[in-house]
Amino acid sequence: MAFLTDRKRVEGLGPAGSGTMHHWHQTVLSAALVILVPLFVFTFGAVLGAPWPEVVIYYSRPLPALVALLTLVVGWIHFAKGVQVLIEDYVSGTARKAAIIATTCLSYAAALACVYALARLAL
Amino acid sequence: MVQLTLPKNSRITVGKTWPKPEGANNLRKFQIYRWNPEDGQNPRLDTYWVDLDTCGPMILDALIKIKNEIDPTLTFRRSCREGICGSCAMNIDGVNTLACTWGIDDVKGDVKIYPLPHMPVIKDLIPDLTHFYAQHASVMPWLETKSNTPAKEWRQSIEDREKLDGLYECIMCASCSTACPSYWWNGDRYLGPAALLHAYRWIIDSRDEATGERLDDLEDPFKLYRCHTIMNCTKTCPKGLNPAKAIANIKKMMVERQL
Repeated sequence: MAFLTDRKRVEGLGPAGSGTMHHWHQTVLSAALVILVPLFVFTFGAVLGAPWPEVVIYYSRPLPALVALLTLVVGWIHFAKGVQVLIEDYVSGTARKAAIIATTCLSYAAALACVYALARLAL
Repeated sequence: MVQLTLPKNSRITVGKTWPKPEGANNLRKFQIYRWNPEDGQNPRLDTYWVDLDTCGPMILDALIKIKNEIDPTLTFRRSCREGICGSCAMNIDGVNTLACTWGIDDVKGDVKIYPLPHMPVIKDLIPDLTHFYAQHASVMPWLETKSNTPAKEWRQSIEDREKLDGLYECIMCASCSTACPSYWWNGDRYLGPAALLHAYRWIIDSRDEATGERLDDLEDPFKLYRCHTIMNCTKTCPKGLNPAKAIANIKKMMVERQL
């Protein structure tokens, strides 16, 4: 029980002074993915089911390797930012902070794993 | 905070079925949410039968007829009965709208009426809009100026005045905000479509000199950026306004001043 005015409840801790850049980054990453995802599907689809040596040769070429690298890294960063918004929507309190830390770490770890795998394949 | 099930004391039970009026040939069934904070009971859905031959065409006409002739304890807000005051906003046939402008014929089957969703209920069809009104007040819905007041008036061109069309008409009925899932889950921090539409109405006003301060106040992941362009607000607005577009325009201005 707290004797707070209605206005005090609305004001809370005041505006955080951030939010726009997160929104803008999400928008930019979305625009990038609109181009990258079809390119990735097109390049990846060309060797889907092909034998291992052929895939290694294919991904040692710059275009397929860079398209895959960009798509996966941008995709995971976009995922991290998107999931953060999702968590903010549906989870509250300490669980919110813990979930954001966990999903962010997971996303960047996955992006790093993709970079490592592609490097092994392409170099 | 998201709630996927209602608390036990909010679950709706089967209510009373009121007798059909005698000698009526054109009957319509109304199922109306009832809850009285004083009787300690769960909410219930009462059934009423209304003779459409002796009733006006709108949902509000039927509610007034029920209150006058069948059950005087039925509680709801209403005033202007022509879509200007916003008092009679409620959930009719699954849509947040005004009872005074929604025709009985617009509803197929039984007419189900609930209060505006996800708001505390004061009684029956009356939601508690205290927080909603405080959010509206927080966006400073008035002209803020720093220049000396002109001798005659704050002048505005016809083109600039036209920018307020589609914004000034909002009657604060709360249909949009209470239709928004983001407002349901985070209404304590997210301002909601109605308050943001009003914020934009003053941000875009050529006479207002507090544009920067207004945008500063909205620079927040929750106050503004809980809007995910779900568009329920625009779909449900009984005045045909587009709060989602107003919010999108605020976001555009936010980006514009950063890049």
